[in-house]
Amino acid sequence: MRASIKRAGRRPLFLIGLVITLLLVGVAVLSLVWTPFPPAKMNIIHKLKPPLSFGLLGTDHFGRDVASLLMAGAWNSLSTSFLAVALGASIGTLAGVVTAMRRGWLELVVMRGCDIIFAVPPILSAMMLAAFIGGGRFTAIIAIGVFMVPVFARLTLSAALQVWTRDYVTAAIGIGQSKLRITWNHVLPNISSQIIVQVTIQLGLAILTEAGLSFLGLGLAPPAPSWGRMLAEAQTFLGQAPWLALLPGLAIALAVLGLNMLGDGLRDILDPRDQG
Amino acid sequence: MISILIRRTLSLIVTLLIVSLLIFTVMDLLPGDPAAIMLGTSASPDTLAALQHSLGLDRPLPIRYLAWLAGVAQGDLGQSYTYGVPVAGLIAERLTVTLPLALMAVVLSVAVAVPLGVQAARRHNGPFDALAGLFSYVSIAVPAFWVGLLLIIAFSTMLGWLPAGGFPGWDAGLWQGLKALLLPAVALALPQAGVLTRVARAAVLDVMNEDFVRTALAKGLSEEAAVWRHAVPNALIPVVTMLGLQFTFLIAGAVLVENVFNLPGLGRLAFQALSQRDVIVMQDVVLFFSALVIVMNFLVDLAYLAIDPRLRAGAR
Repeated sequence: MRASIKRAGRRPLFLIGLVITLLLVGVAVLSLVWTPFPPAKMNIIHKLKPPLSFGLLGTDHFGRDVASLLMAGAWNSLSTSFLAVALGASIGTLAGVVTAMRRGWLELVVMRGCDIIFAVPPILSAMMLAAFIGGGRFTAIIAIGVFMVPVFARLTLSAALQVWTRDYVTAAIGIGQSKLRITWNHVLPNISSQIIVQVTIQLGLAILTEAGLSFLGLGLAPPAPSWGRMLAEAQTFLGQAPWLALLPGLAIALAVLGLNMLGDGLRDILDPRDQG
Repeated sequence: MISILIRRTLSLIVTLLIVSLLIFTVMDLLPGDPAAIMLGTSASPDTLAALQHSLGLDRPLPIRYLAWLAGVAQGDLGQSYTYGVPVAGLIAERLTVTLPLALMAVVLSVAVAVPLGVQAARRHNGPFDALAGLFSYVSIAVPAFWVGLLLIIAFSTMLGWLPAGGFPGWDAGLWQGLKALLLPAVALALPQAGVLTRVARAAVLDVMNEDFVRTALAKGLSEEAAVWRHAVPNALIPVVTMLGLQFTFLIAGAVLVENVFNLPGLGRLAFQALSQRDVIVMQDVVLFFSALVIVMNFLVDLAYLAIDPRLRAGAR
């Protein structure tokens, strides 16, 4: 553990990722209690003002404060992505470790199921789901979360199978521990670092996908601010107010960049064997 | 090898069948009766029942699924409710936009990523390597549709060099068509290029450390020659593999980019079908995309088996 912390200090990638991610989470949480202006407040007289002329980052076509919208958007984007990944990671991990415990026909079924789910891109499953229940946060969470199930199921299955071949597991079987107990005491703790790394990386992917869904109008319903919908709305004013298209995209890119760096950094730190 | 091939092919067919059943059932559960949508609100119950009957909507789900499947197998994907034309023709028409778009994006991303990855590996740990690393980090993080918006701002609204969207059709000439697809293809290619650069770099580094390359270098082969003779051909295998695995994301990107640039492609067709509740079109397009992804993964699997004999021994 101490060695891990020491290694972290020497990893610029990890540190930059950590700083960006913490900053982002900080802004998102802050937006719950404070934004420069109420994000939904319209002010038509001051519409389409460039940055610094009105508010820090200017206003959109309804005169809403862009900085406030971006802050509130951070919370919406992060919370939706987090719930989606939590859903995918918990179902996927459960499927993975149970399959590793049982093997046999279950392994075949789970792997085939993964192939099938993986074949439908989240953007299409979100469209199908949206046709059902309309767009919205729930649709986005389910569509993204379901797509992440195979990612975590495959990862935990192969990692758990490796743990099952270890001597200490054989010993635990020898002294008569139940499979469930071995999974809880040995398998899960030993694959947890891989799961944490994957959660970080998939969070970045979830933010990207959520932005895409919101851009198509399948994500969070208005008036709740979202980065993707800000981009969709900015499309009408590309000539007049290009900054409206610039800022939300930068926010998305920065968030994904931070999470990816953090994930790669974590992988280096937690898995010293794989240092390239 | 033959028995593995047969087994894989059977499993491919089963997967395709299950996916098609899933898609059909989900779409069937949709609220909203297509016949009622076609006729509008003023239709009498009798005409509605007659249309439902002629569309086959009054038959039970398993029968409709089998009928649909039989049609799909014969290339008959049904009739679009809103366009009133066969869906197969509609998909074929839209493919003339989506396919060149995807191909251009793939070619562009490989053309950027392979040289970049090879150079980064040769100057391993140097400043060029760091720059290439930064490029892949940034390009993976940016959403393709946002890149599309930025390209429109730069090359259409500011410079006025390229169209901001729309597609003139291939009848307007090859150049006009390619011009309309250039910006969308660049937007679509960028995230792919980031992923592929990483893969190419890692693959070249791996190969350069192999014994046979060291032997070749020891026997006097120049580094330049070793890179081109050994490293690059070997690096192409993982690059192609990654292209196959990234296919899902290419499709998702295409759906978004087509909407940004207003291109009449398959992704836009699916999106329009959603807003018009054109169930059959949605069903067919989603099935088409999913089948593409499944077949792609199948081909990648086969390529692996063909390349690496060790996998053949353990394959099930």
